[in-house]
Amino acid sequence: MDILIDGIREAIRLLFTLDSEVMGITWLSFKISGTATLISLVIGIGIGTAVALTSFPGRRFVVSLINTGMALPPVVVGLFVTILLWRNGPLGFLEILYTPTAIIIAQAIIATPIVTGISLAAMQQLPKKLRLQILALGATRLQMVWILIREAKLPLLAAVMAGFGGVISEVGASIMVGGNIKGYSRVLTTATVMETSRGNFDIAIALGIILLVFAYLINLILTQIQQRERPR
Amino acid sequence: MRRASKWGILLSIAAVLFLVSGMLPAEAAKVQKSIILATTTSTQDSGLLDVLIPIFEKKTGYFVKTIAVGSGQAMAMGRKGEADVLLVHSPDAEKKFIAEGHGIKRRLVMHNDFIIVGPPSDPAGIRGLKSAAVAFRKITVSGAVFTSRGDYSGTHTKEISIWKKAGVSCEGQKWYQQTGLGMGQTLSVAAEKKTYTLTDRGTYLALKKNLGLDILVEGDAILLNIYHVIQVNPAKWPKVNAAGARAFADFMVSRSVQKIIKTFGVAKFGSPLFFPDAGKKEDTLGR
Repeated sequence: MDILIDGIREAIRLLFTLDSEVMGITWLSFKISGTATLISLVIGIGIGTAVALTSFPGRRFVVSLINTGMALPPVVVGLFVTILLWRNGPLGFLEILYTPTAIIIAQAIIATPIVTGISLAAMQQLPKKLRLQILALGATRLQMVWILIREAKLPLLAAVMAGFGGVISEVGASIMVGGNIKGYSRVLTTATVMETSRGNFDIAIALGIILLVFAYLINLILTQIQQRERPR
Repeated sequence: MRRASKWGILLSIAAVLFLVSGMLPAEAAKVQKSIILATTTSTQDSGLLDVLIPIFEKKTGYFVKTIAVGSGQAMAMGRKGEADVLLVHSPDAEKKFIAEGHGIKRRLVMHNDFIIVGPPSDPAGIRGLKSAAVAFRKITVSGAVFTSRGDYSGTHTKEISIWKKAGVSCEGQKWYQQTGLGMGQTLSVAAEKKTYTLTDRGTYLALKKNLGLDILVEGDAILLNIYHVIQVNPAKWPKVNAAGARAFADFMVSRSVQKIIKTFGVAKFGSPLFFPDAGKKEDTLGR
Protein backbone atom coordinates (compact mmCIF):
# COMPACT_ATOMS: atom_id res chain seq x y z
CA MET A 1 0.00 0.00 0.00
CA ASP A 2 2.83 2.39 0.87
CA ILE A 3 4.18 2.01 -2.64
CA LEU A 4 0.85 3.08 -4.16
CA ILE A 5 0.69 6.16 -1.97
CA ASP A 6 4.31 7.00 -2.77
CA GLY A 7 3.48 6.59 -6.44
CA ILE A 8 0.51 8.95 -6.28
CA ARG A 9 2.56 11.47 -4.34
CA GLU A 10 5.36 11.19 -6.89
CA ALA A 11 2.89 11.66 -9.75
CA ILE A 12 1.56 14.84 -8.20
CA ARG A 13 5.09 16.11 -7.60
CA LEU A 14 6.19 15.34 -11.19
CA LEU A 15 3.08 16.98 -12.63
CA PHE A 16 3.18 20.14 -10.54
CA THR A 17 6.91 20.75 -10.73
CA LEU A 18 6.63 20.23 -14.51
CA ASP A 19 9.61 17.84 -14.38
CA SER A 20 11.33 18.47 -17.71
CA GLU A 21 12.14 14.83 -18.48
CA VAL A 22 8.60 13.64 -17.74
CA MET A 23 7.10 16.52 -19.71
CA GLY A 24 9.37 15.66 -22.63
CA ILE A 25 8.32 12.00 -22.49
CA THR A 26 4.64 12.93 -22.30
CA TRP A 27 4.86 15.35 -25.20
CA LEU A 28 6.74 12.79 -27.31
CA SER A 29 4.11 10.12 -26.53
CA PHE A 30 1.41 12.55 -27.63
CA LYS A 31 3.20 13.50 -30.84
CA ILE A 32 3.99 9.90 -31.80
CA SER A 33 0.58 8.43 -31.00
CA GLY A 34 -1.24 11.46 -32.41
CA THR A 35 0.62 11.26 -35.71
CA ALA A 36 0.08 7.50 -35.88
CA THR A 37 -3.64 7.97 -35.22
CA LEU A 38 -3.91 10.64 -37.92
CA ILE A 39 -2.24 8.37 -40.47
CA SER A 40 -4.52 5.51 -39.46
CA LEU A 41 -7.56 7.80 -39.83
CA VAL A 42 -6.72 8.70 -43.41
CA ILE A 43 -6.13 5.07 -44.37
CA GLY A 44 -8.75 3.52 -42.08
CA ILE A 45 -11.68 5.77 -42.92
CA GLY A 46 -10.73 5.50 -46.59
CA ILE A 47 -10.69 1.71 -46.65
CA GLY A 48 -13.63 1.39 -44.24
CA THR A 49 -15.81 3.66 -46.39
CA ALA A 50 -14.76 1.99 -49.62
CA VAL A 51 -15.54 -1.49 -48.31
CA ALA A 52 -18.81 -0.35 -46.73
CA LEU A 53 -20.14 1.33 -49.87
CA THR A 54 -19.14 -1.23 -52.47
CA SER A 55 -19.78 -4.87 -53.06
CA PHE A 56 -17.29 -7.22 -54.66
CA PRO A 57 -16.53 -10.93 -54.57
CA GLY A 58 -14.70 -11.92 -51.41
CA ARG A 59 -16.05 -8.93 -49.50
CA ARG A 60 -16.93 -10.99 -46.44
CA PHE A 61 -13.43 -12.38 -46.39
CA VAL A 62 -11.95 -8.86 -46.48
CA VAL A 63 -14.27 -7.73 -43.67
CA SER A 64 -13.26 -10.70 -41.53
CA LEU A 65 -9.60 -9.87 -42.18
CA ILE A 66 -10.15 -6.27 -41.05
CA ASN A 67 -11.95 -7.43 -37.93
CA THR A 68 -9.13 -9.84 -37.10
CA GLY A 69 -6.70 -6.97 -37.63
CA MET A 70 -8.43 -5.12 -34.82
CA ALA A 71 -6.90 -7.72 -32.49
CA LEU A 72 -3.42 -7.42 -34.02
CA PRO A 73 -0.95 -7.98 -31.14
CA PRO A 74 1.43 -4.99 -30.87
CA VAL A 75 4.48 -7.20 -30.19
CA VAL A 76 3.89 -9.08 -33.42
CA VAL A 77 3.68 -5.79 -35.31
CA GLY A 78 6.84 -4.67 -33.50
CA LEU A 79 8.66 -7.84 -34.51
CA PHE A 80 7.78 -7.53 -38.19
CA VAL A 81 8.53 -3.81 -38.35
CA THR A 82 11.90 -4.43 -36.64
CA ILE A 83 12.84 -7.13 -39.14
CA LEU A 84 11.81 -4.93 -42.07
CA LEU A 85 13.72 -1.92 -40.75
CA TRP A 86 16.96 -3.70 -39.76
CA ARG A 87 19.80 -1.97 -41.55
CA ASN A 88 20.55 -5.17 -43.39
CA GLY A 89 16.82 -5.78 -43.90
CA PRO A 90 14.62 -4.91 -46.90
CA LEU A 91 13.93 -1.32 -45.72
CA GLY A 92 17.28 -0.82 -44.01
CA PHE A 93 18.29 1.99 -46.38
CA LEU A 94 15.73 4.23 -44.64
CA GLU A 95 17.86 4.08 -41.45
CA ILE A 96 14.89 4.67 -39.18
CA LEU A 97 15.01 1.73 -36.75
CA TYR A 98 15.21 2.99 -33.15
CA THR A 99 13.77 6.39 -34.04
CA PRO A 100 10.42 8.04 -33.20
CA THR A 101 9.50 7.62 -36.88
CA ALA A 102 9.75 3.84 -36.51
CA ILE A 103 7.33 3.96 -33.56
CA ILE A 104 4.90 6.07 -35.61
CA ILE A 105 4.97 3.45 -38.38
CA ALA A 106 4.37 0.55 -35.98
CA GLN A 107 1.58 2.36 -34.14
CA ALA A 108 -0.08 3.39 -37.41
CA ILE A 109 -0.12 -0.28 -38.42
CA ILE A 110 -1.71 -1.19 -35.07
CA ALA A 111 -4.34 1.59 -35.21
CA THR A 112 -5.34 1.28 -38.86
CA PRO A 113 -7.38 -1.96 -38.59
CA ILE A 114 -9.13 -0.58 -35.49
CA VAL A 115 -10.14 2.60 -37.29
CA THR A 116 -11.01 0.66 -40.44
CA GLY A 117 -13.21 -1.82 -38.60
CA ILE A 118 -15.16 0.82 -36.68
CA SER A 119 -15.50 3.06 -39.76
CA LEU A 120 -16.78 0.12 -41.76
CA ALA A 121 -19.41 -0.67 -39.14
CA ALA A 122 -20.33 3.01 -38.85
CA MET A 123 -20.81 3.51 -42.58
CA GLN A 124 -22.69 0.25 -42.96
CA GLN A 125 -25.33 1.11 -40.43
CA LEU A 126 -26.37 4.28 -42.30
CA PRO A 127 -29.71 3.67 -44.02
CA LYS A 128 -29.26 2.41 -47.59
CA LYS A 129 -31.88 4.75 -48.90
CA LEU A 130 -29.86 7.76 -47.78
CA ARG A 131 -27.40 7.11 -50.55
CA LEU A 132 -30.07 7.05 -53.23
CA GLN A 133 -31.64 10.17 -51.80
CA ILE A 134 -28.37 12.11 -51.88
CA LEU A 135 -27.63 11.00 -55.43
CA ALA A 136 -31.17 11.87 -56.49
CA LEU A 137 -30.65 15.41 -55.21
CA GLY A 138 -27.89 15.77 -57.76
CA ALA A 139 -24.75 15.18 -55.68
CA THR A 140 -21.66 13.73 -57.32
CA ARG A 141 -20.30 10.44 -55.93
CA LEU A 142 -17.54 12.26 -54.07
CA GLN A 143 -20.04 14.65 -52.50
CA MET A 144 -22.17 11.68 -51.50
CA VAL A 145 -19.26 9.97 -49.74
CA TRP A 146 -18.42 13.20 -47.92
CA ILE A 147 -22.01 13.65 -46.73
CA LEU A 148 -22.13 10.03 -45.56
CA ILE A 149 -18.91 10.46 -43.59
CA ARG A 150 -20.42 13.54 -41.94
CA GLU A 151 -23.55 11.55 -41.13
CA ALA A 152 -21.43 8.90 -39.44
CA LYS A 153 -19.40 11.47 -37.51
CA LEU A 154 -20.33 10.17 -34.03
CA PRO A 155 -19.16 6.59 -34.50
CA LEU A 156 -16.16 7.85 -36.48
CA LEU A 157 -15.07 9.91 -33.47
CA ALA A 158 -15.36 6.69 -31.49
CA ALA A 159 -12.94 5.20 -34.04
CA VAL A 160 -10.49 8.04 -33.33
CA MET A 161 -10.71 7.40 -29.59
CA ALA A 162 -10.29 3.64 -29.97
CA GLY A 163 -7.34 4.05 -32.33
CA PHE A 164 -5.59 6.63 -30.17
CA GLY A 165 -6.34 4.66 -27.00
CA GLY A 166 -4.92 1.54 -28.59
CA VAL A 167 -1.58 3.08 -29.50
CA ILE A 168 -0.95 5.46 -26.57
CA SER A 169 -1.24 2.49 -24.19
CA GLU A 170 0.78 0.10 -26.33
CA VAL A 171 4.26 -0.92 -25.17
CA GLY A 172 5.41 -4.05 -27.03
CA ALA A 173 5.98 -2.46 -30.43
CA SER A 174 7.27 0.85 -29.09
CA ILE A 175 10.04 -0.76 -27.08
CA MET A 176 11.10 -3.04 -29.95
CA VAL A 177 11.22 -0.50 -32.77
CA GLY A 178 11.98 2.59 -30.67
CA GLY A 179 14.52 1.08 -28.31
CA ASN A 180 13.43 3.20 -25.32
CA ILE A 181 16.31 5.63 -25.90
CA LYS A 182 16.49 8.34 -23.27
CA GLY A 183 15.38 11.76 -24.45
CA TYR A 184 14.76 10.46 -27.95
CA SER A 185 12.39 7.52 -28.31
CA ARG A 186 11.33 6.95 -24.70
CA VAL A 187 7.55 7.19 -24.34
CA LEU A 188 5.30 6.90 -21.29
CA THR A 189 4.72 3.16 -21.57
CA THR A 190 8.33 2.15 -22.26
CA ALA A 191 9.53 4.42 -19.45
CA THR A 192 7.05 2.70 -17.11
CA VAL A 193 8.42 -0.73 -18.04
CA MET A 194 11.99 0.42 -17.48
CA GLU A 195 11.32 2.08 -14.13
CA THR A 196 9.51 -1.07 -12.98
CA SER A 197 12.50 -3.25 -13.81
CA ARG A 198 14.74 -0.73 -12.05
CA GLY A 199 12.65 -1.16 -8.92
CA ASN A 200 11.54 2.50 -9.00
CA PHE A 201 7.92 1.51 -8.44
CA ASP A 202 6.90 4.98 -7.27
CA ILE A 203 8.09 6.62 -10.51
CA ALA A 204 6.54 3.77 -12.53
CA ILE A 205 3.18 4.29 -10.84
CA ALA A 206 3.53 8.06 -11.31
CA LEU A 207 4.16 7.59 -15.05
CA GLY A 208 1.13 5.29 -15.22
CA ILE A 209 -1.04 7.90 -13.56
CA ILE A 210 0.24 10.62 -15.90
CA LEU A 211 -0.59 8.35 -18.86
CA LEU A 212 -4.13 7.87 -17.56
CA VAL A 213 -4.69 11.58 -16.87
CA PHE A 214 -3.37 12.40 -20.29
CA ALA A 215 -5.54 9.80 -22.06
CA TYR A 216 -8.51 11.11 -20.11
CA LEU A 217 -7.90 14.72 -21.23
CA ILE A 218 -7.65 13.71 -24.88
CA ASN A 219 -10.82 11.66 -24.66
CA LEU A 220 -12.59 14.46 -22.81
CA ILE A 221 -11.91 16.81 -25.71
CA LEU A 222 -13.02 14.25 -28.28
CA THR A 223 -16.14 13.42 -26.26
CA GLN A 224 -17.01 17.12 -26.03
CA ILE A 225 -16.88 17.36 -29.81
CA GLN A 226 -18.83 14.13 -30.22
CA GLN A 227 -21.62 14.89 -27.77
CA ARG A 228 -22.05 18.50 -28.92
CA GLU A 229 -23.01 17.15 -32.30
CA ARG A 230 -25.47 14.66 -30.87
CA PRO A 231 -28.69 14.52 -32.89
CA ARG A 232 -31.70 15.58 -30.84
CA MET B 1 -20.58 22.21 -47.10
CA ARG B 2 -19.13 25.32 -45.44
CA ARG B 3 -18.98 23.69 -42.00
CA ALA B 4 -17.49 20.62 -43.46
CA SER B 5 -14.64 22.50 -45.06
CA LYS B 6 -13.91 24.32 -41.81
CA TRP B 7 -13.51 20.92 -40.17
CA GLY B 8 -11.36 19.77 -43.03
CA ILE B 9 -9.07 22.77 -42.76
CA LEU B 10 -8.74 22.37 -39.00
CA LEU B 11 -7.92 18.71 -39.37
CA SER B 12 -5.36 19.27 -42.09
CA ILE B 13 -3.66 22.03 -40.10
CA ALA B 14 -3.44 19.64 -37.17
CA ALA B 15 -2.13 16.92 -39.45
CA VAL B 16 0.59 19.13 -40.91
CA LEU B 17 1.63 20.31 -37.45
CA PHE B 18 1.85 16.74 -36.26
CA LEU B 19 3.82 15.51 -39.21
CA VAL B 20 6.26 18.39 -39.06
CA SER B 21 6.85 18.02 -35.35
CA GLY B 22 6.77 14.23 -35.57
CA MET B 23 9.64 14.10 -38.00
CA LEU B 24 11.86 15.97 -35.52
CA PRO B 25 14.34 18.15 -37.41
CA ALA B 26 17.16 16.90 -35.18
CA GLU B 27 16.59 13.33 -36.28
CA ALA B 28 18.27 13.67 -39.67
CA ALA B 29 21.43 14.99 -38.06
CA LYS B 30 21.38 12.28 -35.40
CA VAL B 31 21.20 9.44 -37.91
CA GLN B 32 24.50 10.50 -39.47
CA LYS B 33 26.55 10.18 -36.32
CA SER B 34 24.65 7.66 -34.27
CA ILE B 35 25.93 4.37 -32.91
CA ILE B 36 23.88 1.43 -31.68
CA LEU B 37 25.05 0.04 -28.35
CA ALA B 38 23.53 -3.35 -27.58
CA THR B 39 23.97 -4.13 -23.92
CA THR B 40 22.71 -6.10 -20.98
CA THR B 41 19.85 -4.78 -18.86
CA SER B 42 22.02 -4.55 -15.74
CA THR B 43 24.14 -1.70 -17.12
CA GLN B 44 21.00 0.30 -17.85
CA ASP B 45 18.92 -0.70 -14.84
CA SER B 46 21.77 0.16 -12.47
CA GLY B 47 21.87 3.67 -13.94
CA LEU B 48 25.56 3.43 -14.93
CA LEU B 49 24.89 4.19 -18.61
CA ASP B 50 22.76 7.20 -17.69
CA VAL B 51 25.93 8.66 -16.18
CA LEU B 52 28.42 7.58 -18.88
CA ILE B 53 26.51 8.08 -22.14
CA PRO B 54 25.95 11.86 -21.79
CA ILE B 55 29.69 12.31 -21.11
CA PHE B 56 30.55 10.29 -24.22
CA GLU B 57 28.04 12.13 -26.39
CA LYS B 58 29.32 15.50 -25.25
CA LYS B 59 32.94 14.52 -25.80
CA THR B 60 32.64 12.91 -29.23
CA GLY B 61 29.44 14.27 -30.77
CA TYR B 62 28.11 10.77 -31.41
CA PHE B 63 24.50 9.99 -30.53
CA VAL B 64 24.26 6.68 -28.71
CA LYS B 65 21.20 4.48 -29.19
CA THR B 66 21.30 2.19 -26.19
CA ILE B 67 19.32 -1.00 -26.71
CA ALA B 68 19.15 -2.76 -23.35
CA VAL B 69 18.48 -6.47 -23.82
CA GLY B 70 20.06 -9.62 -22.43
CA SER B 71 23.64 -10.46 -23.43
CA GLY B 72 22.35 -13.27 -25.61
CA GLN B 73 20.12 -10.97 -27.63
CA ALA B 74 22.82 -8.29 -27.75
CA MET B 75 25.21 -10.75 -29.37
CA ALA B 76 22.47 -11.94 -31.73
CA MET B 77 22.14 -8.31 -32.86
CA GLY B 78 25.90 -8.12 -33.34
CA ARG B 79 25.87 -11.35 -35.32
CA LYS B 80 23.41 -9.76 -37.77
CA GLY B 81 25.31 -6.48 -37.95
CA GLU B 82 22.41 -4.69 -36.29
CA ALA B 83 24.57 -3.18 -33.55
CA ASP B 84 27.90 -1.35 -33.67
CA VAL B 85 29.30 -2.07 -30.25
CA LEU B 86 28.39 -4.48 -27.43
CA LEU B 87 28.78 -4.20 -23.66
CA VAL B 88 28.05 -7.71 -22.41
CA HIS B 89 28.78 -10.17 -19.61
CA SER B 90 28.76 -13.69 -21.00
CA PRO B 91 32.48 -14.59 -21.42
CA ASP B 92 32.13 -18.05 -22.97
CA ALA B 93 29.57 -16.90 -25.52
CA GLU B 94 31.70 -13.82 -26.19
CA LYS B 95 34.77 -15.94 -26.97
CA LYS B 96 32.70 -17.93 -29.44
CA PHE B 97 31.38 -14.67 -30.93
CA ILE B 98 34.96 -13.47 -31.51
CA ALA B 99 36.16 -16.85 -32.77
CA GLU B 100 33.42 -16.88 -35.37
CA GLY B 101 34.60 -13.50 -36.62
CA HIS B 102 31.53 -11.47 -35.62
CA GLY B 103 33.44 -9.13 -33.35
CA ILE B 104 36.85 -7.57 -32.88
CA LYS B 105 38.89 -6.15 -30.01
CA ARG B 106 37.16 -7.70 -27.00
CA ARG B 107 38.33 -5.65 -24.05
CA LEU B 108 37.78 -6.07 -20.33
CA VAL B 109 35.83 -3.18 -18.78
CA MET B 110 34.75 -4.08 -15.28
CA HIS B 111 33.37 -6.80 -13.04
CA ASN B 112 31.07 -7.35 -10.14
CA ASP B 113 29.62 -10.60 -8.91
CA PHE B 114 26.61 -12.85 -8.96
CA ILE B 115 24.93 -13.92 -5.75
CA ILE B 116 22.44 -16.63 -4.88
CA VAL B 117 19.44 -15.11 -3.14
CA GLY B 118 16.43 -16.72 -1.54
CA PRO B 119 13.83 -16.40 1.21
CA PRO B 120 15.25 -15.54 4.67
CA SER B 121 13.86 -18.84 6.04
CA ASP B 122 16.23 -20.64 3.62
CA PRO B 123 14.43 -24.02 3.41
CA ALA B 124 17.34 -25.62 1.54
CA GLY B 125 19.86 -24.54 4.16
CA ILE B 126 22.41 -23.02 1.81
CA ARG B 127 23.20 -19.87 3.76
CA GLY B 128 26.93 -19.22 3.99
CA LEU B 129 28.01 -22.08 1.71
CA LYS B 130 31.30 -21.39 -0.06
CA SER B 131 30.47 -23.27 -3.28
CA ALA B 132 27.70 -22.18 -5.64
CA ALA B 133 27.53 -25.66 -7.19
CA VAL B 134 27.02 -27.32 -3.80
CA ALA B 135 24.31 -24.78 -2.99
CA PHE B 136 22.53 -25.50 -6.27
CA ARG B 137 22.62 -29.24 -5.57
CA LYS B 138 21.21 -28.69 -2.09
CA ILE B 139 18.35 -26.62 -3.50
CA THR B 140 17.35 -29.44 -5.85
CA VAL B 141 17.29 -32.13 -3.20
CA SER B 142 15.43 -29.97 -0.65
CA GLY B 143 12.34 -29.69 -2.85
CA ALA B 144 12.59 -25.90 -2.98
CA VAL B 145 11.88 -24.07 -6.24
CA PHE B 146 14.53 -22.30 -8.31
CA THR B 147 13.49 -19.37 -10.51
CA SER B 148 15.57 -18.94 -13.66
CA ARG B 149 15.78 -16.08 -16.18
CA GLY B 150 15.60 -18.63 -19.00
CA ASP B 151 16.48 -16.00 -21.62
CA TYR B 152 20.13 -16.78 -22.58
CA SER B 153 21.22 -13.59 -20.88
CA GLY B 154 24.62 -13.38 -19.21
CA THR B 155 23.04 -14.30 -15.90
CA HIS B 156 21.23 -17.30 -17.37
CA THR B 157 24.39 -18.50 -19.11
CA LYS B 158 26.24 -18.27 -15.80
CA GLU B 159 23.46 -20.21 -14.11
CA ILE B 160 23.68 -22.97 -16.73
CA SER B 161 27.43 -23.28 -16.15
CA ILE B 162 26.83 -23.68 -12.39
CA TRP B 163 24.21 -26.38 -13.01
CA LYS B 164 26.75 -28.11 -15.24
CA LYS B 165 29.36 -27.97 -12.49
CA ALA B 166 26.81 -29.27 -9.98
CA GLY B 167 26.02 -32.13 -12.35
CA VAL B 168 22.29 -31.50 -12.23
CA SER B 169 20.00 -31.44 -15.24
CA CYS B 170 17.21 -28.96 -14.60
CA GLU B 171 15.45 -28.75 -17.94
CA GLY B 172 11.76 -29.68 -17.55
CA GLN B 173 11.99 -30.33 -13.80
CA LYS B 174 9.09 -29.33 -11.62
CA TRP B 175 11.27 -27.35 -9.21
CA TYR B 176 12.79 -25.34 -12.07
CA GLN B 177 10.74 -22.35 -13.24
CA GLN B 178 11.79 -20.10 -16.11
CA THR B 179 10.44 -16.56 -16.33
CA GLY B 180 11.90 -15.41 -19.64
CA LEU B 181 12.00 -11.92 -18.10
CA GLY B 182 14.68 -9.41 -17.15
CA MET B 183 16.60 -9.57 -13.87
CA GLY B 184 14.41 -7.08 -12.00
CA GLN B 185 11.18 -8.84 -12.89
CA THR B 186 12.68 -12.27 -12.20
CA LEU B 187 13.73 -11.09 -8.73
CA SER B 188 10.17 -9.88 -8.11
CA VAL B 189 8.81 -13.27 -9.15
CA ALA B 190 11.28 -15.07 -6.85
CA ALA B 191 10.33 -12.73 -3.99
CA GLU B 192 6.61 -13.32 -4.44
CA LYS B 193 6.95 -17.08 -4.72
CA LYS B 194 9.67 -17.30 -2.04
CA THR B 195 12.07 -19.17 -4.33
CA TYR B 196 15.81 -19.15 -4.95
CA THR B 197 17.43 -17.36 -7.87
CA LEU B 198 20.78 -16.24 -9.23
CA THR B 199 21.22 -12.49 -9.70
CA ASP B 200 23.87 -9.88 -10.33
CA ARG B 201 24.60 -7.91 -7.20
CA GLY B 202 23.85 -4.51 -8.76
CA THR B 203 20.25 -5.30 -9.70
CA TYR B 204 19.67 -6.97 -6.32
CA LEU B 205 20.97 -3.93 -4.43
CA ALA B 206 18.81 -1.59 -6.50
CA LEU B 207 15.65 -3.61 -5.76
CA LYS B 208 16.49 -4.89 -2.30
CA LYS B 209 14.12 -2.70 -0.32
CA ASN B 210 10.99 -4.16 -1.93
CA LEU B 211 12.09 -7.77 -2.19
CA GLY B 212 12.56 -9.47 1.16
CA LEU B 213 15.16 -11.85 -0.31
CA ASP B 214 18.48 -12.45 1.45
CA ILE B 215 21.95 -12.97 0.02
CA LEU B 216 22.68 -16.61 0.85
CA VAL B 217 25.77 -17.52 -1.15
CA GLU B 218 28.51 -15.17 -2.39
CA GLY B 219 32.22 -15.05 -3.04
CA ASP B 220 32.72 -18.28 -5.03
CA ALA B 221 35.11 -17.69 -7.97
CA ILE B 222 32.53 -19.07 -10.41
CA LEU B 223 30.20 -16.24 -9.39
CA LEU B 224 32.40 -13.59 -10.97
CA ASN B 225 30.44 -11.34 -13.38
CA ILE B 226 32.74 -9.89 -16.02
CA TYR B 227 31.82 -7.20 -18.53
CA HIS B 228 33.59 -6.79 -21.86
CA VAL B 229 33.20 -4.28 -24.64
CA ILE B 230 33.26 -5.72 -28.18
CA GLN B 231 33.25 -3.89 -31.51
CA VAL B 232 31.15 -5.57 -34.18
CA ASN B 233 33.36 -6.62 -37.08
CA PRO B 234 33.04 -3.95 -39.81
CA ALA B 235 34.69 -6.22 -42.35
CA LYS B 236 31.68 -8.51 -42.08
CA TRP B 237 29.04 -5.79 -41.99
CA PRO B 238 29.91 -2.71 -44.04
CA LYS B 239 27.02 -0.73 -42.55
CA VAL B 240 28.49 -0.91 -39.07
CA ASN B 241 29.70 2.45 -37.73
CA ALA B 242 33.25 1.27 -37.08
CA ALA B 243 34.68 4.65 -36.05
CA GLY B 244 31.87 5.25 -33.60
CA ALA B 245 32.17 1.77 -32.14
CA ARG B 246 35.90 2.19 -31.63
CA ALA B 247 35.38 5.59 -30.03
CA PHE B 248 32.88 4.11 -27.58
CA ALA B 249 35.05 1.09 -26.74
CA ASP B 250 38.09 3.33 -26.19
CA PHE B 251 35.94 5.56 -24.01
CA MET B 252 34.80 2.66 -21.81
CA VAL B 253 38.36 1.59 -21.01
CA SER B 254 39.71 5.15 -20.69
CA ARG B 255 41.13 6.22 -17.35
CA SER B 256 38.49 8.86 -16.64
CA VAL B 257 35.59 6.44 -17.20
CA GLN B 258 37.24 3.73 -15.14
CA LYS B 259 37.45 6.26 -12.32
CA ILE B 260 33.72 7.00 -12.60
CA ILE B 261 32.92 3.26 -12.55
CA LYS B 262 34.98 2.87 -9.39
CA THR B 263 32.81 5.26 -7.38
CA PHE B 264 29.46 4.70 -9.12
CA GLY B 265 26.74 3.64 -6.68
CA VAL B 266 28.74 4.36 -3.51
CA ALA B 267 26.58 7.33 -2.60
CA LYS B 268 23.33 5.41 -3.07
CA PHE B 269 24.15 1.88 -1.93
CA GLY B 270 27.13 2.38 0.35
CA SER B 271 29.32 0.22 -1.86
CA PRO B 272 30.33 0.36 -5.53
CA LEU B 273 28.24 -1.64 -8.03
CA PHE B 274 31.12 -2.35 -10.41
CA PHE B 275 34.91 -2.67 -10.13
CA PRO B 276 36.96 -1.18 -13.01
CA ASP B 277 39.31 -3.67 -14.70
CA ALA B 278 40.53 -2.07 -17.93
CA GLY B 279 43.92 -3.41 -18.95
CA LYS B 280 43.84 -6.35 -16.54
CA LYS B 281 43.91 -10.00 -17.52
CA GLU B 282 40.59 -11.81 -17.19
CA ASP B 283 42.00 -14.81 -15.30
CA THR B 284 43.57 -12.63 -12.61
CA LEU B 285 40.19 -11.35 -11.44
CA GLY B 286 38.74 -12.49 -8.15
CA ARG B 287 42.05 -13.64 -6.72
